[in-house]
Amino acid sequence: MNKLNRREFIKKTTNTAAISILPGVFLQTVNAKGADVKNRWGMLIDTRGCGDCKNECITACHSEHAVKSFDRPQTDSQWIRKVTVKNRKTSHTMALPIMCQHCEKPACVDVCPTGASFKRVDGIVLVDRHICIGCRYCMMACPYKARNFVHENLSEQNTISPRGKGTVEACTMCVHRIDKDGAKAKTACQQACPKNSIIFGDLNDKNSGISKKLKAMGARQIRADLNLNPAVLYQGLDL
Amino acid sequence: MSFFVSFAIHADDNNSYLPKAKAGTKCVEDRQIMRTNHMDLILHQRDKTMRDGKRDGRHSLKECINCHVTKNDKNEYPNIDSSQHFCNSCHTYVAVKTDCFSCHRSIPENKQVKK
Repeated sequence: MNKLNRREFIKKTTNTAAISILPGVFLQTVNAKGADVKNRWGMLIDTRGCGDCKNECITACHSEHAVKSFDRPQTDSQWIRKVTVKNRKTSHTMALPIMCQHCEKPACVDVCPTGASFKRVDGIVLVDRHICIGCRYCMMACPYKARNFVHENLSEQNTISPRGKGTVEACTMCVHRIDKDGAKAKTACQQACPKNSIIFGDLNDKNSGISKKLKAMGARQIRADLNLNPAVLYQGLDL
Repeated sequence: MSFFVSFAIHADDNNSYLPKAKAGTKCVEDRQIMRTNHMDLILHQRDKTMRDGKRDGRHSLKECINCHVTKNDKNEYPNIDSSQHFCNSCHTYVAVKTDCFSCHRSIPENKQVKK
């Protein structure tokens, strides 16, 4: 170790003490805009294009977040899954992608015993894996079965999307892109959809593309009867 | 904690392998401050990033890895299992387990561990 003279020793000790005592003050230098309470991010999905597609949204999502299959379909994570439903009376079938619905009143947040499940001020529901204990209450509570438990040791995750064994995860609405580009952001699934069936935007902004389309054409939430007010809305759900 | 820190400070005297950071880069803080406080800096910033969405802070784990995890003598990026990984080179010595890399990427972004 280098020998310090008296002056250097005092200077370095003072710096160290300042950081230990005043970490909050120190971090005031961070000037990023971050999540804003004015926004309510959401997605509008037109399911009429979903029937004969090649699941491009799922592939893109899993590539963006490095979600890989371990050839164990029962436990592999699915951030988006395509669900096919059938009307028994008419035999009409349709498919729709289901991911975390980013509810206004999320059941997963209600039941989380540690506070790991949380909703950001802009409405995005996330898991804080630092304090997630893997109890899976949220998976039981979610009426959309949107959450996944990671059963395998992972390595070489994508930097923008840390994820690991023993914790729960779900769609983040590509929050890293939103934090970077705000309302101009596009989610990975939106970018990949060949039929432009997915629109991302701010539900609180009346002039946003998503709000205009909702005003003109309307949309439905899945299980709207639960009054959770999801931020993911669907068109073409008629069976 | 001070016990561990004093060991950490002496690690480069006793540990033969301490990987060098990427050439031409300078650490965001003084070496002594990083040695004693890196865990606090990262801890505070992680909450800012995840809960508040403020992602341009200067103490991100991502940037630590991008600079400090460099190719070893075999021209490979050592992952966290290797004793040649920057974090491991000290943490193994002081017997303090890092849990960061069960979720976080342990090598620089857009780089692969060659096998």
